[in-house]
Amino acid sequence: MKKETMSGLFMLVIRRDLMLAMRRRADVLTTLIFFVMVVSLFPLGVGPEMDMLRKMAPGVLWVAALLSSMLSLGRLFSADHLDGTLEQMMLAPQSLSMLVLGKMVAHWMVSGLPLVLMAPVLGIQFDMSAEALGVLIIGLLLGTPILSMIGGIGAALTLGLRGGGVLLSLLVLPLCIPVLIFGTGAVEAVSTGLSVASHLSLLGALLVLALAFTPWVTAQALRISME
Amino acid sequence: MAINWFKYSAPTTFYGLAGKLIPWFGISAAILFAVGLYIGFYVAPTDYQQGEFYRIIFIHVPSSIISMFLYLIMAGYAALGLIFNTRLSSMMATAIAPTGALFAFISLWTGALWGKPMWGAWWVWDARLTSELILLFLYLGYIALHASIDDPRRADRASALLAIVGSVNVPIIYFSVKWWNTLHQGSTIKFSGTSMHVAMQQAMFITLVACWLYAIAVILARVRSIILERERHTKWITELPEVKN
Amino acid sequence: MNGLDIWMRENPITYVLLGSYAVAFLIFAVEIAMVRHKRKITLQQVRLMRDAGDEE
Repeated sequence: MKKETMSGLFMLVIRRDLMLAMRRRADVLTTLIFFVMVVSLFPLGVGPEMDMLRKMAPGVLWVAALLSSMLSLGRLFSADHLDGTLEQMMLAPQSLSMLVLGKMVAHWMVSGLPLVLMAPVLGIQFDMSAEALGVLIIGLLLGTPILSMIGGIGAALTLGLRGGGVLLSLLVLPLCIPVLIFGTGAVEAVSTGLSVASHLSLLGALLVLALAFTPWVTAQALRISME
Repeated sequence: MAINWFKYSAPTTFYGLAGKLIPWFGISAAILFAVGLYIGFYVAPTDYQQGEFYRIIFIHVPSSIISMFLYLIMAGYAALGLIFNTRLSSMMATAIAPTGALFAFISLWTGALWGKPMWGAWWVWDARLTSELILLFLYLGYIALHASIDDPRRADRASALLAIVGSVNVPIIYFSVKWWNTLHQGSTIKFSGTSMHVAMQQAMFITLVACWLYAIAVILARVRSIILERERHTKWITELPEVKN
Repeated sequence: MNGLDIWMRENPITYVLLGSYAVAFLIFAVEIAMVRHKRKITLQQVRLMRDAGDEE
């Protein structure tokens, strides 16, 4: 009976966050537009030479995805914190970790998934091959949830602080570096002929680790921030 | 023995103990630096590959080692403070952070200066140097978070959690950077072969100990100021000779 | 930069001492100065608080 309530609540949290996000569609779109703009800045900055852009492409796309995810993380808990919902969630008998995981999933669906869908379009601008694009998408699919989850810890720790957004990025970016390295490494392995699978499986392993630990850690961080 | 530890875990007694220890640590650090550098510069021979430039290691290697260990010790104290709610543990963690960050900076600076004669560039994306840079970012993040929170209890606990998450990440980050470095055939700053002349080893060991003693002295001094600040409302503080002036 | 390269190869020990050790010891000196300064102002604060308390 309790298990049913837990997963039921989990779905409820996801559905609620998605509904709230849909009402504030502008927030969702600004993240996506930021992603596109940042990616476009690079050719403008380094010149349109196709060989160089092709080599830079995985790195540029991954860094842009990382930065775009950072932008929207501040909103993960702030709205609920302001209207008192967060306090209610913390008083609930159900596991806070589960609720947090629900919020992270919703956040990823709203901020991460659109980036994954947008990336191939931008990748074509950088003349990436179909195979490279495929590996890029899989990598982003595995990696963006990790970014949402690690970012969740940062969002919980910086809840309500002034200068929160930049501080959050400062805290979270170093922790996301392994994801960046394996994600870009996978794409580069396509052209060098080295093992793509090893990079992607390392990403997969990080995803599993994140799923196992970040909700609980974030719940602890929320308790610390709210006491 | 257990009782003695708990006695010193109270800020009041620790304050006095730290005060007495600092001069000992400081002076021995200075002496060992002098000895270590003498051996390093006058006794140790010129390296056949790197000439005189290798003598940077007597400050570069100790500062790398210490910056890494201090982060773990800081995370350890932070965890103690989080789990057992001991005030002094959190104060120690806060005291360690700036020293750790400065040692990380020294490691990066001296690493760059070593890289220049070796590789011709002030910065090479060597796996260790890059990991050290990320470690500096982790330190700075910890310090920034602690400084951004007004409530001291929330500040201690939040940065403690961050430190613990960071220390769990450090092996992952190190592994991934090493991976990245070998993929891109990056340069590795290392010593000529595996054998080091005895005098070089001696000098490096002595300067390592010297740096540790210095670090302990500075951290103890810093934690005393933190104790003064945090406990300023208590009676024992007002009874201190330095406050009564 | 070339001038620096040449100077560096001709004076390696000076380069090492000035560039690395001098900087490291400078950082140590700055750190010690910061710790002593922090102690000074903390003591001042505590004295102020105690005096303010005494007035009551």
